[in-house]
Amino acid sequence: MDLSYGAEYEEFRAEVAEFLAKHKDTAPKNPELRSVEAISWQKTLIEAGYFARTTPAEYGGHGGKPDILKSRIIAEEFARTRTHPGMGGQGISMLVPTLLESGTQAQKEQFIQPTLHGEMLWCQGYSEPGAGSDLAALRTAAVLDGDEWVVNGQKIWTSTAQLADWIFCLVRTEPDAPKHQGISFLLFSMDTPGIEIRPLVDMTGKANFNEVFFTDVRVPKNQIVGARGEGWKVANTILKHERGSLADPNAMQHRLNGLVELLETETVDGTRVIDIPSFRDRLMRITGRVMAAKCNDLRLLSNSINKTGGSPLAAMVTKLQGTELRHELEALAVDAMGEIGLAYGDNEHLRGGGSWQTQYMYFLGLIIGGGTSQIQKNIISERGLGMPREPKVVAATKQGAA
Amino acid sequence: MEFGLSEEQTLLQDSVKRFLAEQYPLDKVREFATNDDDGAIVRNGLAAMGITALMIDEDHGGVGLGLLDAALIAEALGHGTAPMPFVASVVMVPQALMLGGSSEQQDRWLPKLAAGEITAGAAISELTGARGDTGVTATNGRLSGRAMFVLDFEADIYLVADTNGALHIVDADAQGLSGKGFNTVDCTRKLGELSFDNVPAEALSCTAQQVATVLNSGRVILAADSLGAAQNMLDQSVAYALQREQFNRVIASFQAVKHMCAEMAAELEPCRAMIWYAGHTADAESNANNNSNNGEAQQYALHTKAHLSEVCQFVARTATEVHGGMGFTDLVGLHYWFKRIGANRQLLGSPERLRDDAARALGMVN
Repeated sequence: MDLSYGAEYEEFRAEVAEFLAKHKDTAPKNPELRSVEAISWQKTLIEAGYFARTTPAEYGGHGGKPDILKSRIIAEEFARTRTHPGMGGQGISMLVPTLLESGTQAQKEQFIQPTLHGEMLWCQGYSEPGAGSDLAALRTAAVLDGDEWVVNGQKIWTSTAQLADWIFCLVRTEPDAPKHQGISFLLFSMDTPGIEIRPLVDMTGKANFNEVFFTDVRVPKNQIVGARGEGWKVANTILKHERGSLADPNAMQHRLNGLVELLETETVDGTRVIDIPSFRDRLMRITGRVMAAKCNDLRLLSNSINKTGGSPLAAMVTKLQGTELRHELEALAVDAMGEIGLAYGDNEHLRGGGSWQTQYMYFLGLIIGGGTSQIQKNIISERGLGMPREPKVVAATKQGAA
Repeated sequence: MEFGLSEEQTLLQDSVKRFLAEQYPLDKVREFATNDDDGAIVRNGLAAMGITALMIDEDHGGVGLGLLDAALIAEALGHGTAPMPFVASVVMVPQALMLGGSSEQQDRWLPKLAAGEITAGAAISELTGARGDTGVTATNGRLSGRAMFVLDFEADIYLVADTNGALHIVDADAQGLSGKGFNTVDCTRKLGELSFDNVPAEALSCTAQQVATVLNSGRVILAADSLGAAQNMLDQSVAYALQREQFNRVIASFQAVKHMCAEMAAELEPCRAMIWYAGHTADAESNANNNSNNGEAQQYALHTKAHLSEVCQFVARTATEVHGGMGFTDLVGLHYWFKRIGANRQLLGSPERLRDDAARALGMVN
């Protein structure tokens, strides 16, 4: 056990803190995607080494050596000072690592730099109406016609589709192969003729997602990542990262701090909510769970720094635990406010900008998205505990199809 | 930066687990529960391995390890439902003596405790929720009153808390002291109550914060004991589900059963890191000077005990369900672990009490 980061790293932390102090007034608060200030801030961060830190400089990254502790320190200091950490989005979090792993030289050169710099926005075309938990059952088809793929089908749960310049998309190119081996990973412009986007309004009242329809969309043959039929493998090297990122314990701690503040300021019958024992007990119970999640995260961090991969279960449980816990945390805030917690949309009584009610619903979405809690339990029991898969129910499938 | 166990720590824990697996199988657990065995084989065996010397400093015949190491042993003891006097005898009482004992008191008791020649109990429950008319008062070095839920009962000396929160050491043979067993649902360890009628006692000079440290150590140990017991119940559940067949399938292939096991694992696995952290931060605070105490160890001890109590209660119930009717029988013996977890939950503060203490320690309560 040695929880100190060491002198070298404390020096690095001081450097980051100095940078943040210097840019305290110039860092944008909530920049619009593609805005001048967003792109300029992104460039500043990459130059300083606080964004795209380990992406090679030839592709527009900072070109630093991978150092998990330094990345952690950057995240901690940006969170502590509530400084905008740079643009997110699935292009940056999912496509760039995928291209670095599986892309051709030409693809890396063409796509990574503008993506990292916030000039090229992406959406992810994975889920379909008939391929949710069973993602590999996807049916959007791409058929080779001369030098072009012709894409037909439908995607769903496509966030930022209406803003995206390009899409990275899983399509079925080998209809006769077993389902995992018939998929390819294509990249194409959202301006290509034959693409229709329909916003999908969710329970929060916003269209956080879209449906995307493809009718004879023609894609140049070379815009494929990896070989034909290897799209499942290409996509899966990255999918596990998404699962972990949905349950960040630092974000959880940040919300917990806000929750404590809320309970200390909100009153009912003139009594602070935190002075009501039943609410205080719920708060403390959630606090204990957040502490456990943070310890688990520390264990995973240590494993990856010291390359001791000894706790697969500890990694497998984070998405399930994290999203459910976060949902419960937001729910306590709503309950603590009582009728005030119902306030929504344009209402002068909103607390925290209405984020509690929104996040309460949004995290129900995340319990479902990115591999549902039930799929997570299958993964934990099968890969973590060595229990067998559910046998296929042949007769019922046939009846269902008929 | 490294947050994990050293090779030595893993080896130590494994050796205790292996010893218990070999020397203390289910039929032995049952014999101890029905008073047909006194658990000497476990007590002596573990003392021979040096477990009793764990936290005692080297000057007094110990090995000077910390709470984290003790928690790892506690986890192994819970895993094997061992009848080992530990939470009081190996952890709380030696710690109280080291923190607040005179050098004469330390020289007298610590070497014997380290060698396993004597055991120590703790009559300290009244500090964290006195029931009924219990309570011990101290007047001119003499104790009177009654203490319940004495940990590691049937000991040679007892650590006793009085109603002012001061600690004393009492010889089990002292005049005016009488005791009787307190039968509980958990038949894997001994609990008792003590009556004091003007009993001579030696005061320890522990500060209130040191007394809290001793209590918190006990809490981390009981939480670790539950972690081990719950892990054993989960392991037994998976093993049972993999061999039990119904509807021509092993029941481990039914999602209903798989999800119960996955939920247990998902709740339990982060608890492991939480125990490590609680142990580590307590050791870090005790190694630093007293002024650097920022209350983190206190918060972790309270929350770890509370959180583990909730998680392990869930695991105890769910593991029993995975076993179906057999889980309810004495034949499989799963109930010994169920009951041990249930006892750990109540001792040294129920989860509700500890969460309230945690909130108060943070100044949340007006």
